[in-house]
Amino acid sequence: MCGIAGFVGSGVRTEAARPVLETMIHTLHHRGPDGYGFHVADGAGLAHARLSIIDLATGDQPIRNPAGTVWTVFNGEIFNYLELRADLEARGHRFYTQSDTEVIVHLYDRYGDAFVEHLNGQFAIALWDQARRRLVLARDRAGIRPLFYTQARGALWFASEVKALFAALPERRRLDPAGLVQAFSYWAAIDPDTVYADVASLPPGHVLAVEADGRQALTRYWDWTFPDAAETRPARFAGIEQAAAELRERLVDAVRLQLRADVPVGAYLSGGLDSSGIVALIRGFTATPVRTFSVAFDEPEFDESAHQLAMVRHLGTDHTTLRINRRRIGEAFPRLIRHAETPVLRTAAVPLMLLAGAVREAGYRVVLTGEGADEVFGGYDLFKEAKVRRFWARQPDSQLRPKLLGRLYGYLEHSPVGNPAFAASFFGQGREHIDRPVFAHLPRWTTSRRALMFLAPELRAAAGERDPLAFVESRLPAGIARWSPLARDQYVEAKTLLAGYLLSSQGDRVAMAGSIEARFPYLDHTLIEFANRLPPSYKIQGLTEKAILRKALADLLPADIATRTKQPYRAPDSASFFVDGEPLDYVAALFDPDHLRQSGLFDVDAVGRLYAKARAGRASGFADNQAFVGILSTLLLDSPLSQR
Amino acid sequence: MDHRQQVRQFVLKNFLFTDDETALADADSLIGNGIVDSTGILELIGFIEETHGLRIVPEEMVPANFDSIDTISAFLARRLAA
Repeated sequence: MCGIAGFVGSGVRTEAARPVLETMIHTLHHRGPDGYGFHVADGAGLAHARLSIIDLATGDQPIRNPAGTVWTVFNGEIFNYLELRADLEARGHRFYTQSDTEVIVHLYDRYGDAFVEHLNGQFAIALWDQARRRLVLARDRAGIRPLFYTQARGALWFASEVKALFAALPERRRLDPAGLVQAFSYWAAIDPDTVYADVASLPPGHVLAVEADGRQALTRYWDWTFPDAAETRPARFAGIEQAAAELRERLVDAVRLQLRADVPVGAYLSGGLDSSGIVALIRGFTATPVRTFSVAFDEPEFDESAHQLAMVRHLGTDHTTLRINRRRIGEAFPRLIRHAETPVLRTAAVPLMLLAGAVREAGYRVVLTGEGADEVFGGYDLFKEAKVRRFWARQPDSQLRPKLLGRLYGYLEHSPVGNPAFAASFFGQGREHIDRPVFAHLPRWTTSRRALMFLAPELRAAAGERDPLAFVESRLPAGIARWSPLARDQYVEAKTLLAGYLLSSQGDRVAMAGSIEARFPYLDHTLIEFANRLPPSYKIQGLTEKAILRKALADLLPADIATRTKQPYRAPDSASFFVDGEPLDYVAALFDPDHLRQSGLFDVDAVGRLYAKARAGRASGFADNQAFVGILSTLLLDSPLSQR
Repeated sequence: MDHRQQVRQFVLKNFLFTDDETALADADSLIGNGIVDSTGILELIGFIEETHGLRIVPEEMVPANFDSIDTISAFLARRLAA
């Protein structure tokens, strides 16, 4: 893992390049504390901050091709580099290091921009072709590693994190109203948009080529595509048992591949099916000693430590539990925002950031996690809720169909909201959108978008009025309407919450804050491709989520873990920022009416009322909490507290 | 302040975070307009119970009673007269 930064274009004089690159890359020290590397050429500069994981001795970057005409810096891992290298060597290529990086320049020599299609990994790559004076940027398929770019001063600038761009271009730090509205609607701006004006995020599965004459071409080389619904009818398959057996083999392969490293590898253990499955696969099918890490909460509402410890006992792992409380979350929140570089609507990334620190302290630099299984195998409540809402919409007058929601959300059974008339009011909303690919996400976005009422009217006006559903749909593939409803929901989820938030603010950014690398076997692209071809009923069977994954892992896990219903990972939200009704100091300063007015971002009176409500401990719902955390994180983003 | 005005003020301040009386018409659907969500409705019922010393039974917890300032006022008038 690492950080990269650089530029291409005539705007930077060669003699000024090195200090500029140093300024940029030093801001990414946390991504690569083991050393820096630079390459300066006429019209281009590459910088690299290294976290040594593979080929500790000779793996320093930049890496060049044998002719010295192609140079690369890259962040991430190419898991299949041994196979790629063997193939290239058989074709006459000669290597000068043992690193995974070197396959990139050789593949480029042989295949041009299609080099990226050969890679199985998680990566953000910058490659400079000196002979053709062109830059190629590439990002992995799921969006695990970040890569941002901007045009300024006659050059194109790129970096793993936005802070490195602003180190060279301080005048460019400007929040973008339309990006903020997206973040408050979908939990993150959707690639290529960001919350910063004129800063783009290279979308997952894309290559950007910048030619000598300045022309740019953005090309998609991979996507989460699904077959037409007719092709995933169960009748076309040999049965879920056989598919589960194949899945099991593929999972073993993905885990083995992702354990490749020249340093010890650990794993996160949340207590749920996904991470327990990864740990069980490491234990059962590799020689890697299993070292596990988990977060536990003082607040029982969020704590899963009983399940974690049951799994630790079952597998006999060497385990570390980091115990967190809301005070620690509140205190560490500014650091989260410094790393995430975007508003967040929940605090749940903070405990993972603190856990990354604990992993590093324990001497580990790499962890495998269970992230991605919910997207690939249909694990989220949102998918099941949409299934019930679609089923119900076919007979809107049914009294029985909405009762299925009670099976989904246990609390409904004991809540007045569970009675059919209220359930109909809340969950029946948006029925007119049933045929749209965004139907499943409507309730989530409606809750998030309540926070928009707190934005300053001027900012809302500057963002422009956009239909939030049509906006997402404008970024969806043309054939999506022919996919199964679950496939549509999975696609929208992969492009919004997964890439924009879970892999970023709650993934790469918080792991890197602790200088560790997170790996995601469930997001192996061959595994995604396999899962996308399966019948939806293999994923959600009745109202049981991830049915095929449960079957594939059943013999490795204790029965209660294998059958346990998914618990959403959450942490205390607005309550983290007050102690006995008193705000933490920085929170009081940011919510001070004068400061709010000065920031120009929010409606001072409305925010004042929400603040009072949170302070009084009365912000109990998702909407209030998301708004509060979203406002606080935006204020931090705008403040020196998160820019140090 | 009469019942209607009390509930109105609560909804304006607590869910719409404003003093602007024009932000809410008495007939507006609180659920349909996204003004209260599933946790918000519990806050609203809690407020009414506390303010009037009432115990609202599950059969009464239906949108017909709680979906607008108008329906809440009518419900309160019935309950308080009983």
